Amino acid sequence: MKIHEYQAKAILRRFGVAVPKGEVCFTPKEAAEAASSLGPPPYVVKAQIHAGGRGKGGGVKLARSLSEVEARAQEIIGMTLVTPQTGPEGRKVRRLLVEEGLEIAREVYLGVVIDRALGMPVLMASAEGGVEIEDVARRFPEKILRAPIPPGFGFRPFQARKIAYGLGLGAATEKTVKIMLALTRAFEETDASLAEVNPLVVTRGEEVLALDSKMSFDDNALYRHPEIRELRDQEEEEPQELEASRHGLSYIKLHGDVGCMVNGAGLAMATMDMIQLAGGTPANFLDVGGGAGTGQVSNAFRILLSDPGVKAVLINIFGGIMRCDVVAEGVVTAASHTGVQTPVVVRLEGTNAEEGRRILMNSGLNFTVADGMLDAARKVVALARRGA
Amino acid sequence: MSILADRNTRLLVQGITGREGTFHSQQCAAYGTSIVAGVTPGKGGTTHEGVPVFNTVAEAVGNTGANASMVFVPPPFAADAILEAADAGLPLVVCITEGIPTLDMVRVKAFLKGSRTRLIGPNCPGVITPGQCKIGIMPGSIHRPGHVGVISRSGTLTYEAVAQLTARNLGQSTCIGIGGDPIIGTDFLDALTLFREDPDTGGIVLIGEIGGTAEEDAAAYIRRHLTIPVVAFIAGRTAPPGKRMGHAGAIISGGSGTAAEKTAALKAAGIRVVESPAGIGEAMSEALAGGIR
Repeated sequence: MKIHEYQAKAILRRFGVAVPKGEVCFTPKEAAEAASSLGPPPYVVKAQIHAGGRGKGGGVKLARSLSEVEARAQEIIGMTLVTPQTGPEGRKVRRLLVEEGLEIAREVYLGVVIDRALGMPVLMASAEGGVEIEDVARRFPEKILRAPIPPGFGFRPFQARKIAYGLGLGAATEKTVKIMLALTRAFEETDASLAEVNPLVVTRGEEVLALDSKMSFDDNALYRHPEIRELRDQEEEEPQELEASRHGLSYIKLHGDVGCMVNGAGLAMATMDMIQLAGGTPANFLDVGGGAGTGQVSNAFRILLSDPGVKAVLINIFGGIMRCDVVAEGVVTAASHTGVQTPVVVRLEGTNAEEGRRILMNSGLNFTVADGMLDAARKVVALARRGA
Repeated sequence: MSILADRNTRLLVQGITGREGTFHSQQCAAYGTSIVAGVTPGKGGTTHEGVPVFNTVAEAVGNTGANASMVFVPPPFAADAILEAADAGLPLVVCITEGIPTLDMVRVKAFLKGSRTRLIGPNCPGVITPGQCKIGIMPGSIHRPGHVGVISRSGTLTYEAVAQLTARNLGQSTCIGIGGDPIIGTDFLDALTLFREDPDTGGIVLIGEIGGTAEEDAAAYIRRHLTIPVVAFIAGRTAPPGKRMGHAGAIISGGSGTAAEKTAALKAAGIRVVESPAGIGEAMSEALAGGIR
C-alpha cells in the first residue's frame, strides 16, 4: 500500500526523523493559512499524489509570499499532473503539502528496501541526493553504499557511522547517524516495503532533514497496523482495481483492448504475454484465484467489462482445484446479467473441462470456445480488431 | 529416483482441521501420500478424517515418525508454524499459505539458516513426485512419472507446463513450486542443485516471472554446472513497472526484474527460452530429442 509524502513524513517524525515544518491542505485558502503559521518565507507548495517525479511535471513550486502560496496552490490543486511515473493520462491533484523553504547545502539519498537475494532489509545510501536511486544504480553502482539489516540485531550504530563517513557528511555526521537509525526502525516497526528519504538535506545551518520521503507497506502485514491502513487514499487508485480488491480479486488495469480473466497469477501474466504475441494488447491483469466460486467469477467478469476499452474478452482457466464447470456457470451468470455484447473467447483445460465447455455452448450466449492457449489468443485478438 | 518427496515420505499436516487443510489432505492421501499426523493446537488427541491430531509438531513427530510437513496455517500464524516444524527437526517443510508478511519470512529465513530443515514456499503449490507422493494443492491427475524436473514460481502456469509435458509422453521426476513471494525457503539455485544430484532427472523446465534476480542467478548456475537440457519460460513480458502482478514477488521495481533482462540472461547462458507458454512441452521434447542444451 502506498501513502502520500505528508503521511510518510508524519510517520518518520514519530520515529525521530527531522522533517521540514509543513501542513497538508485541500484548498488554496487553507494553503495560505498554513503558510502563515510556518514562519517567514519562502515556502514550498507540493502536489500530493502517489507517484514520483512531481517536480518535473510542475507539481512542486516555490512561493516567496503568502499570496504567492495561494496563487501556486490555485494552479496545482485540481490540475492533472503528468510525471514520468503517472503515465500519459496523469493524476488529478487533490491534496497539497505546504512547507517551509530551506537553505540547502547538501543532498544525499537514504532508502530501506527488502533485498530478496540476502533475504533481509538493506539500507542504501548515496551521495547523489535528489535523483532517482535507480539512475545512480545503473550509472554508478559503486556510489551506492549498502548495509544489511539482519533480523533480531537490527541496524547497528557502527553501520550508520560507516555510511555517514562514507558519504563525507562532516559536521552533519552525528545527526545523520540518528536519522538512519530512526529510518530503519520505522521500516521494521511498520512492516514497510519501502522507506525512502530522497533527498535528505543538510541545511546551511547544519540541520539534517528529510526534504522528501516515500513509504509503502506490505499489504500482507496491514492486519497488524490498523493505523497505517487508515492512511489509504482510495482516490489514488483505479476504481476497477479498488472494486476488485473488495471482492478479493487481483486486478490491474492496463491500456489494451483485450480483457482477460485467468486463474493464477503466473498463468494470468502468461496469458497477457500470449495476447501480445498474437498481435493484440491486454487490457488488464486479472487473477480470480485458485479456489474461486461462481460469485467470484461473476464479479470478476463484471469488473473487467466495466473497462470501456475492452473490445473482446479471453477467459483462460486451467482447472485444478478450481473446476471448469464452476467457472463456466459463473461466466454464464455474469454474462446474462450484464447482457453483454462483447465477444468472449473461452479456453478451459483440466478438471471438468468438457462439462464447462458444454455449459457455455448450451447457454445460448455468444461464446467462442478455443482449443489451447495459442488458438484462444489468436481468436480473441481477431475479435477485438473487428470490434475496434 | 526423485528429489524431496517419495514413497518413504511420512507427511504431517499443520492446520489439518481447517477447510483447505482438510480438503487438500484428503486429495494428497487419495494420490497415495502417506499422511501420518495432523497438528492443530487445542485439538490434540482427536482424529480428523482418520488421521491422529496432535497439539504440537514435536509430539506428532515423536508419535508417528513423520519426516515432512505441509503447512495450511493462516498467514498471521504461518511463520510460527514453519519455525515449529524446524524446531522439531523435520527435514522438509512445504508451506502452501499465501499472504505471510515479508518481515516474518525474513525472520524465518534467518532461523532456518544452518538448520537441517528445507523450506519450500511459502505461497506455492507444493512438491509432487508423480506416482509416489504429492505434498501440495496441484491436480495429481495431470502428472506422470518420468525424468523431467519442473521448477516454478507459479501455480497454474506450472500445471499448464506439466500438462504439456504429459501430453507429449514426457513424465516428470519431481515438480517443485518454489512460490511467488519475495522471500522463499528454496530458490531456483537450491532446486537446480537438488536436480543436478538426481541421476534420474534428464531435463529441467524452469518457469520464472518478473521481479528479483533469481532467474539471472539460475542462468549462471546452469551454465556452470548443468549438462542436461533446460527449457525456460518467463512470465510477465507485458507487465507494467511498479505494479505487483498478483504474486507478492512479481513486481518490476526501479526498472529491474523485467522479463527482458531475465530472458537475455538465460539466453546468454545458452538456455532455450520459449516466448509462448504454449510452447514449453514442445521445446522440452525437441531439446531431449537433440540431447543438447
